[in-house]
Amino acid sequence: MIVRLYRRVAARLAWRPLSNREREMGFQVSRTGGVTLVEVEGQLIVGNRQELKQKVLEHLEGGDRKFVIDFANTGYIDSSGLGVLVSLSKKIREQGGELRLSSLNEDLRTLFELTKLDTLFRITDTKEQALAGF
Amino acid sequence: MKPESGESPIDSDLVLELPSDVGSIEHAVEYVVRRCRDCERHAARLRLNFRVGLTEALSNAMLYGNAHDPSKRVRVEVTFGESTIRARITDQGCGFDPFSIPDPTCPENIMKPDGRGLFLMRKLLDEVCYNDQGNQVTLVLRLDPHLSSLEGGARA
Repeated sequence: MIVRLYRRVAARLAWRPLSNREREMGFQVSRTGGVTLVEVEGQLIVGNRQELKQKVLEHLEGGDRKFVIDFANTGYIDSSGLGVLVSLSKKIREQGGELRLSSLNEDLRTLFELTKLDTLFRITDTKEQALAGF
Repeated sequence: MKPESGESPIDSDLVLELPSDVGSIEHAVEYVVRRCRDCERHAARLRLNFRVGLTEALSNAMLYGNAHDPSKRVRVEVTFGESTIRARITDQGCGFDPFSIPDPTCPENIMKPDGRGLFLMRKLLDEVCYNDQGNQVTLVLRLDPHLSSLEGGARA
């Protein structure tokens, strides 16, 4: 009982939200051979999905039509992150373009398979494969 | 999925009260996962199944239950048993009908940007139970004592 009470108190004291710097999440955008490559660092979750959406839509409005989003350095995607990928894919297709995904780890592949989103996207093992096939 | 019948308290090992700030979810989930006894042996199921389930439950509680209201909080109570992890997440909203969410994998829904959170919780956790009001969800992950750390997540 004392141990449990201690854990409760310790939990309350030790927990605090991470700052944006501590989260080290971000999106690196580059252009390679006519393809816009977005590399997701950290997580793609409810807290940062709008940032990704905004970045990709800016490039779409600027005339880009070929997109690869690479998850080699991504730990986790939540349902909001999956949703923003669906939304972006739809918008890019409406403009005659294509969004491909690359470098999903085993956990991320499982999420795509469970939600059947693996049927919606062309997914490659590496970003080089995605870029080369465009 | 059966509705949970009462509001009985659980003897929790860990209690967190979070603001309705989605920026707090990631760290809170990591904090809970790291407090699991015998973490290494069950790393895969904790990393995928439990983390996804808890993340989605917190996200639903903050976004839909508390409707982003910064004055409302989300309570997380976690019990680490010998063979189960039980997490109860309670928001201060009016609740919702968990049976009203359509299957996001159906062809007519697959292009919709939302509706996958509850689906993933049901797929990845062994039990997902809501109270009658619909503002409290209890997640249960069973841990196989014979499981090797090399065996992966999912399969719930």
